[in-house]
Amino acid sequence: MEDTEKTEEIQVIAPTDKVTDENWEPKIIAFLCNWCSYAGADLAGVSRIQYPPNVRVVRVPCSGRINPLFILKSLQVGWDSVLVSGCHPGDCHYISGNYYARRKFSVLDDLFEFMGIDKGRVNFSWVSAAEGAAFANIIEKVTEKTRKLGPNRLFKEL
Amino acid sequence: MEKIGAVLVIGGGIAGIQSALDLAESGYKVYVTEKTTGIGGVMAQLDKTFPTNDCSMCILSPKLVEAGRHPNIELLINANILKLDGEAGNFKLNILRKALFINSEKCTGCGICGQECPVESIDIYNEHMVINSAAFVKYPQSVPLVFSINKDMCIGCGICQAVCKAHAVEYFQQDEEININVGAIILAPGFDEFDPAPLQVYGYGKYPNVVSSIEFERILSASGPYSGMVLRPSDGDIPEKVAFLQCIGSRDVHHAKPYCSSVCCMYTAKEAVIAKEHQHQVNPTIFSMDIRAYGKDFDKYIIRAQDEYGIRYIRSRISSIEENPRNNNLILNYESEDGSLISEEYNMVVLSVGLNPPDDAIKLSKIFGFELNEYNFCKTDHFTPSKTSKSGIFVCGAFAAPKDIPESVIQASASAAHANILLHSARNSLVTKKVYPPEINVEGQAPRIGIFVCHCGTNIGGYVDVPSVVEYAKNLENVEYAEDNLYTCSADTQIKIVETIKEHNLNRVIVASCTPRTHEPLFQETIREAGLNPYLFEMANIRDQCSWVHMHVPIAATDKSKDLVRMAVSKANKIEPLQRTILDMNHNVLVIGGGISGLSAALGFAEQGFMTYLVEKTTELGGHAKNIHASIEGNNVQEFLSNIIEKANKNENLKIFLESEIDTIEGFVGNFETKLKSSENKENDEGTLEHGIIVVATGGEQYQPTEYLYSKDPRVVTQIDFEKMLFESKFDEKVNKIVMIQCIGSRNEKNPYCSRVCCAEAIKNSIKLKDLYPEKEVIVLFRDIRTYGLKEKYYREARSKGVMFLRFEEDLPPELEKEGENLVIHVDSPNIGKVDLELDLLVLSVGIHPPYESNEKMAPMLKVPLNDDKFFLEAHVKLRPVDFATAGIFVCGLAHSPRSIDESIMQANAVVSRASTYLSKDEIEAEGIIATVDISKCSGCGLCIETCAYNAITMDEEKMVVEINSGLCKGCGACVSSCRGLAIDLLGYTDEEIYLVINEFK
Repeated sequence: MEDTEKTEEIQVIAPTDKVTDENWEPKIIAFLCNWCSYAGADLAGVSRIQYPPNVRVVRVPCSGRINPLFILKSLQVGWDSVLVSGCHPGDCHYISGNYYARRKFSVLDDLFEFMGIDKGRVNFSWVSAAEGAAFANIIEKVTEKTRKLGPNRLFKEL
Repeated sequence: MEKIGAVLVIGGGIAGIQSALDLAESGYKVYVTEKTTGIGGVMAQLDKTFPTNDCSMCILSPKLVEAGRHPNIELLINANILKLDGEAGNFKLNILRKALFINSEKCTGCGICGQECPVESIDIYNEHMVINSAAFVKYPQSVPLVFSINKDMCIGCGICQAVCKAHAVEYFQQDEEININVGAIILAPGFDEFDPAPLQVYGYGKYPNVVSSIEFERILSASGPYSGMVLRPSDGDIPEKVAFLQCIGSRDVHHAKPYCSSVCCMYTAKEAVIAKEHQHQVNPTIFSMDIRAYGKDFDKYIIRAQDEYGIRYIRSRISSIEENPRNNNLILNYESEDGSLISEEYNMVVLSVGLNPPDDAIKLSKIFGFELNEYNFCKTDHFTPSKTSKSGIFVCGAFAAPKDIPESVIQASASAAHANILLHSARNSLVTKKVYPPEINVEGQAPRIGIFVCHCGTNIGGYVDVPSVVEYAKNLENVEYAEDNLYTCSADTQIKIVETIKEHNLNRVIVASCTPRTHEPLFQETIREAGLNPYLFEMANIRDQCSWVHMHVPIAATDKSKDLVRMAVSKANKIEPLQRTILDMNHNVLVIGGGISGLSAALGFAEQGFMTYLVEKTTELGGHAKNIHASIEGNNVQEFLSNIIEKANKNENLKIFLESEIDTIEGFVGNFETKLKSSENKENDEGTLEHGIIVVATGGEQYQPTEYLYSKDPRVVTQIDFEKMLFESKFDEKVNKIVMIQCIGSRNEKNPYCSRVCCAEAIKNSIKLKDLYPEKEVIVLFRDIRTYGLKEKYYREARSKGVMFLRFEEDLPPELEKEGENLVIHVDSPNIGKVDLELDLLVLSVGIHPPYESNEKMAPMLKVPLNDDKFFLEAHVKLRPVDFATAGIFVCGLAHSPRSIDESIMQANAVVSRASTYLSKDEIEAEGIIATVDISKCSGCGLCIETCAYNAITMDEEKMVVEINSGLCKGCGACVSSCRGLAIDLLGYTDEEIYLVINEFK
């Protein structure tokens, strides 16, 4: 949801003179499941596929472990955006964890809409252990998107 | 003769790996020889697997890693067997380990040699479609991750030796011969793909846009030549029209490949579906004679391929391809089913190549002294499908006959079961049980963190300023010690880590290097040697997810490394030692169902000395097999059945309960308690059976037809009735015209699955009839003839003996009419149009159904799932085909899905091996990373119970709080994030730990 309208809206809510800090680089926190997405991120490395250095990975056993509160907390402490990635539907190492994750996140998405929080700061994807290039591509996109959105000041100001 | 508690597995594909893992977990030392430089086999090359479209590498790589690091498995790569001596129980082998020219002990898999190597060499893993270097690793996820030098290509320039910081390159390394001593041997050399080049009619190797199916598989793969884009080789365009040609090198008498390769129909459907998913412009057409979708949930996949993906099927066999030289398109001329000649142009053609015996089959048979069959696959007997002709040597996977991944995995476990039965007296004699120093109690101690930052040669150090990361780490909270290492994973560094822990009284250790997925176990082991609990360890992945992906931005990579180390420190400050729960393991087994599957499984346990309870609800053992006289191959089923029943009755470890059913089952793996009741619902005076394992072998039922005047006209019978007439000499010789109809009660809306055995049954009975009365007329009305694998031979035999086959479409089934006293059947066949057939006897090939009622009752009692068709649903369709997700419960035979007797026996054997991984232990160690519940916060809502896929959570009805069984919990954490009261937490990944990491935003 990187439409400019919303970006402006955020700036209205959080007016601050430091938004256009020239040295600002987006910082993204990524929660990756151990079996597919984390392995996919490793494969990007083994294949030496380059992507922006803006992401910090937190490894969890399964996307089903990820509590929506982790996402809110991340935005609250200042991460500019959040990426959550698990196994493709049907591929879950723990049989059904990613389905639970998917349901939770779709509800969370609605909540963000309701709260007026820019949805572009929270991203969900499914990356398999064979998709190194896809992982790099997602990081590329999320970084670009976050760059357009600017620094996350929303929660800080609140 | 002394029995040796070790097993040799030949071949490191999925079958070999499964055998090795089963046996290593059952108390045997296992050697795996692999002729290439990495294990994984063909499965590692696949993009997805049918019928679930699982990512092949995702499900395979955890198994590879497990095999690679298992203390009882020794991988011998680049190795060939030279000589075998000895006999079952005690074999001596002479093995040649060919030089890799890189010291595998020293190689860290960093890959710098490959990057710097100036020589171009072909990449076999990518089917020659990608260029590799002469210093190479088979594929990025390869196990073991060691490089080797292709000496045929190497120019000896010395660059790799110069750049290798680990000094692993050894140009003058020599081949080495080693001798090992094992009790049993398992053959899993796999298959070779049929090479279509010699068949010049398809232009393979000549026309660039004709590729083989395995090449297409690499094209589909994200790690393949076009990064998963479906492109045609000649010009890189997206091919809109793609034709798949079936049976290339299968069902082909002219090229000495008369058998069916069993898997091509399904993998082609999968490749077509995935191609369409990757590039929506692609429109696949599949040319095939029959669609052999005979496995569990296969037919549904084909239906989806046609209806949802618009895959077009044409029933025809293409005999030649021409190229349009202007655009490299391919022109296919074919005869449609109604006989008209059609010419179509395609952008790309995929040849669905068959499975051949491996090229060293004859050599292996000579060295080992076992027999091959007429096609050079390994010869086996119908009732011992995983035994070779030589005692003590077993076989699994595609080497026994072409088969798919789950059947290979089943047979892998089955062959391991035979090794278990042969060698159980020598179990645990050769395995190494490592003794660690007593664990230091760190409770109450302030964290004292030690950090080891790895240069990984130049892999990290070349891009990340490692010394500055070390300096930065020294100033973080509770960090007592930090240093950098050239290779943190090298053997000498391990010793150094142990010394440093002792010297500085460290109680938390962090390694910043590569990925925890491969290296965490190594470092955990190291800190255990220093007396620390293995969970007092954290890793920061600054190579695979940092230096390697930010090679052009060293400052940012260094900053990121510092962040990752800081996040690890933050978590390390909170981590606590975790204990792996120890559960007692009861060594008794409960087998439910006394058919061939249940009997075979029960004997497999009893012969290893495990007390086995076999529960059968009817008055006698034998199940459905009592009605079957012979297999299609001509084996005497009744003789086998009476033998196996006699063996069961005689075995003193086997206790049989006839006319009994399960009343209640309580408990979990290692600790089940079962009460039986008699079939008339009377109390059983046996009391409670205590056992550690449950095997579900409850079988299937024959469909009772309501169609075609069955039970209304005596001239309409089932195949079982007909078989009885033929084999018990009750056939009425006045009957001259016989018609059979296939797929009665199968492959319809109500029962969308194929019953798998009926085609072979019809052909078996047709041949028997023709042998007895050559002049009688038999017409088989079918939709697809599914004589997969080596059964194809009998389809051909039936046709040569004059049995006629006529195809009908699902929506135009044959209609039976009674004209006076005469029976007439009206058929509308796509081959010859409408015909009326007079007949004296109609034989219905009725399908197999699950026993709906009893399955619906049994499943909740065992807390295991059923699939849509009401057969039991295994833990994983591909790689855990006889396990349930719930530990300690297994399934085999018709309870799993329709299958033939040999396949049921194989599954029963597989269950024996899978269960032996538990039964071989006196206690089982559960995972340390498990969920725990704080009962003071639990409201007893039960949401977590619903969420748990492993049935590890139960409600304490009295206190109205939940309990988590630490033996069953797999540590996924789904319950944790579903708990509204925050009463559950996941040890090792607690909420607090994760919030601390999140708070490290800077």
